[in-house]
Amino acid sequence: MKFLKILKNGLWDENPTFRIVIGMCPTLAVTNAAVNGLVMGLATAFVLLASEIIISLVKKLIPENVRIPSYILIIATFVTLVDYILKAFLPGVASALSLFIPLIVVNCIILGRAEAFASKNSVLDSIADALGMGLGFTWALLLLSIIRELLGSGSIFGVQILGGWYPQMAIMLLPAGAFISLGILLALMNYISSKGVK
Amino acid sequence: MEQFTHILLLFASTILVNNFILVRFLGICPFLGVSNQIGTAFSMGMATTFVMTLTGMASWLINTYILEVFNLQFLQTVIFIIVIAALVQFVEMFIKKTSPALYRALGIFLPLITTNCAILGLALLIPSEGYNFIESVIFAFAAGVGFTLAIVLMAGLRENLEFADVPGVLKGVPITLIIAGIMAMAFMGFSGLISM
Repeated sequence: MKFLKILKNGLWDENPTFRIVIGMCPTLAVTNAAVNGLVMGLATAFVLLASEIIISLVKKLIPENVRIPSYILIIATFVTLVDYILKAFLPGVASALSLFIPLIVVNCIILGRAEAFASKNSVLDSIADALGMGLGFTWALLLLSIIRELLGSGSIFGVQILGGWYPQMAIMLLPAGAFISLGILLALMNYISSKGVK
Repeated sequence: MEQFTHILLLFASTILVNNFILVRFLGICPFLGVSNQIGTAFSMGMATTFVMTLTGMASWLINTYILEVFNLQFLQTVIFIIVIAALVQFVEMFIKKTSPALYRALGIFLPLITTNCAILGLALLIPSEGYNFIESVIFAFAAGVGFTLAIVLMAGLRENLEFADVPGVLKGVPITLIIAGIMAMAFMGFSGLISM
């Protein structure tokens, strides 16, 4: 029961993208195509899951003073792993994401959850938290990237949805479109949750 | 002379055409978080520029003399993040000792710079772009200036936004993102300026 509650916390109540608004760099940068958004989300979720498991296992062994550097080292190790796996198996997507895979190290979501959750809770709870937060981040990225790809090039996952009549809005694929569409999406999420409270 | 022109073009294009925040999406967290007032935004920009320039040098030196020599490029991410964390710590200690006034002005911003993705992004970009030492330093400094420019411009806009009647759901981050989008569009105008 508690497992599901923690899971839902990450997926909606404290969704890292829509509610807490952290980890904005990858959210804006890689969401120009649905496949990039999905892979980025899953890569981050994997690093989060692996780091939270390890950190919650070794939390008693790490001295208080050096905990942040230790967490960063653990996170950086998994990020390097993901970086090389993606380069080997999905070279196309890896080159599209380029810099933003190694930059998962400084994604505030991961260090934030390591410090706020994994360092204080059991392994099972940490797994629930990592899955909730990781998948919460993934669906946010996927939603934004589907919107941008559909409006920008008329396709989803590279499959043409809108026909030749559709005037492709290239601006949605450019930085300006990223900022504006995320801004509108966040406003929409605020609207939905303010309705829910009443 | 040609060398000088090249450096100048690199400097201008890093600030305007490939602005770290508005074009490369690096350093969005401080851009959204610390852009309430022009004063604090400027301090943050200065601190970041300083650390970025040092990181640029460190990144080039480590990559050229250690990682490439011993074929350790796969450790890039791990090494750079440790170096940046150590560097920020040193800078903090140094400023605290030499200029307490500046230290108070920068305050909380210094430790926060460690997790600014613009810094690690810069460290990782330098080896992949194949710059020499001088180019790396210029690139790093210009990246910091571009960061400062964007964050100070945003702070100026947000100070005026205080007097605007923004709809409830757009308050805070959403309206900031939309303004950033319009700024990014304006910066797109620079893209034809320099072709490298």
